[in-house]
Amino acid sequence: MNGYIKKAIKTNEDYSVVLGARSDGRLTTSDYINAVVSDFTEFHGDRYYGDDKAVIAGIGYLKGMPVTVIGIEKGKNTEDRIYRNFGSAHPEGYRKALRLMKQAEKFSRPVLCFVDTAGAFCGIDAEERGQGRAIADNLAEMSALGTPVISVVIGEGGSGGALALCHADRLWMIEDAYFSVVSPESCANILWKDTGRADEAAKALCLTAPKLMNLGLIDRICKKGDLAGLADSLSEEFKSLNEMSKEELLEARYMRFRKAGYR
Amino acid sequence: MELKRFFLKANNDLETADGKGIERKIVCRKCHKHIAVSQIRDNYFVCPECGYYFRVRARRRILMLTDRRSFIETDREMSSRNILGFPEYDDKLRAAMEKSRETEGVICGEGMIDGHRICIFSMDSDFMMGSMGYVVGEKITRLFEYASVRHLPVLGITVSGGARMQEGMISLMQMSKVSAAVKRHSDGGNLYIVLLTNPTTGGVDASFAMLGDITLAEPGARVGFAGPRVIEKSLGRSLPKDFQKAERVLECGFIDAVVPRRDQKEYIAKLLKMHER
Repeated sequence: MNGYIKKAIKTNEDYSVVLGARSDGRLTTSDYINAVVSDFTEFHGDRYYGDDKAVIAGIGYLKGMPVTVIGIEKGKNTEDRIYRNFGSAHPEGYRKALRLMKQAEKFSRPVLCFVDTAGAFCGIDAEERGQGRAIADNLAEMSALGTPVISVVIGEGGSGGALALCHADRLWMIEDAYFSVVSPESCANILWKDTGRADEAAKALCLTAPKLMNLGLIDRICKKGDLAGLADSLSEEFKSLNEMSKEELLEARYMRFRKAGYR
Repeated sequence: MELKRFFLKANNDLETADGKGIERKIVCRKCHKHIAVSQIRDNYFVCPECGYYFRVRARRRILMLTDRRSFIETDREMSSRNILGFPEYDDKLRAAMEKSRETEGVICGEGMIDGHRICIFSMDSDFMMGSMGYVVGEKITRLFEYASVRHLPVLGITVSGGARMQEGMISLMQMSKVSAAVKRHSDGGNLYIVLLTNPTTGGVDASFAMLGDITLAEPGARVGFAGPRVIEKSLGRSLPKDFQKAERVLECGFIDAVVPRRDQKEYIAKLLKMHER
């Protein structure tokens, strides 16, 4: 453990991390795409139902290497946020993501995902179009996707809706992002019938990047705001993943999740 | 609203009653009629008056579906620890073990259905509402790996409120782990049948419950990703009555058949026969 992680575990600031990850003015997926990927070309639609604006997907170059980029976008201002459904995807968003991942596999392009969502959308339409099935499909299909995948949680990692883009060879987090099974507010409400105890819940849930690193659930903590550095590390990591055979890659990915949480 | 009903305890008296207690009567939760325990038991734990489905626990489910004395349990000794040091989790685990007399929320093993060898996992509603923590994920994953190697079909009986919060991200990642094991089992050409029971929600719905080759459900079972209360709150109005009910989910295209409890064994046996090799 390095000094930074130790310090972050000692200071009890978990709930402020959650609030910070939700705050305005943070870099969103489109900022990351603009900074990390050149010639980004966006594609639309899941080919079954529609085009989910909460999910941005397309292709571009990462330091000269063609990549497929998929990310959940929350939006920049009120109008944009409404357009993006506040970064909560419907089933068609996950299906669009999966369609482009399959396409990436076909053309041997690595897949880069940016995750920033409070969770998958909760609504009648989303349920009736199979929110559960869409997420489940992504988990199962990504586990056998024959091309390298790196996912970076850049802000909020909200439960299953975030996990659906995180079945990757490498799971990275920006240092002030969080990833949790449940929002601290819901957790406090369910356990103690008191959303006011969200700070306690946040602490107990071990949802910050340093704590998740310590549990061995994520692979790297990336510095906030250092997008050039992120592009460098992504490109390096994809290069080393590309050297593995498809069988090695899939076996390593299987074991990565197989061992999650085991100690 | 519905949620209160949703988390109703399983009627343990009903299951454990034998001999002397058998002529005792209980009140049906739906029609409120007094019905003899023996009558309900003989009717597959369905109210003979109104058709209300009493909750059936994991072990009983296996007994109801498998051939007599054919089931051999695996990983029975595995139990959970409070990995994150989550407040009150130790007490909750202890209480769940006492209440359910099980070590964890899923029972796994191998048995026969009408002479067909099959691996079965059956979730237990009495163990923290069938929530999925590390051990539940691990046991189911091991079962799929065991079945893959031996080319055996898997039957999954699901009932769950979702991932277990007290294990944080470790429980969430069980969704990924089990889904990957299901995918390997599937890619090996093996059959996976899911029987969705009331309720199958959250992280379980968004992973292995929705990955079956053939997806069956019990009548009236609630099947969905998000909790009805959450959706109601964000909508600001009440939900349609059949929302997330098995019959409606079938209409939406996510379930192959809604199978009444008394027909389930025969139905599954028929499927197994058709997939025999």
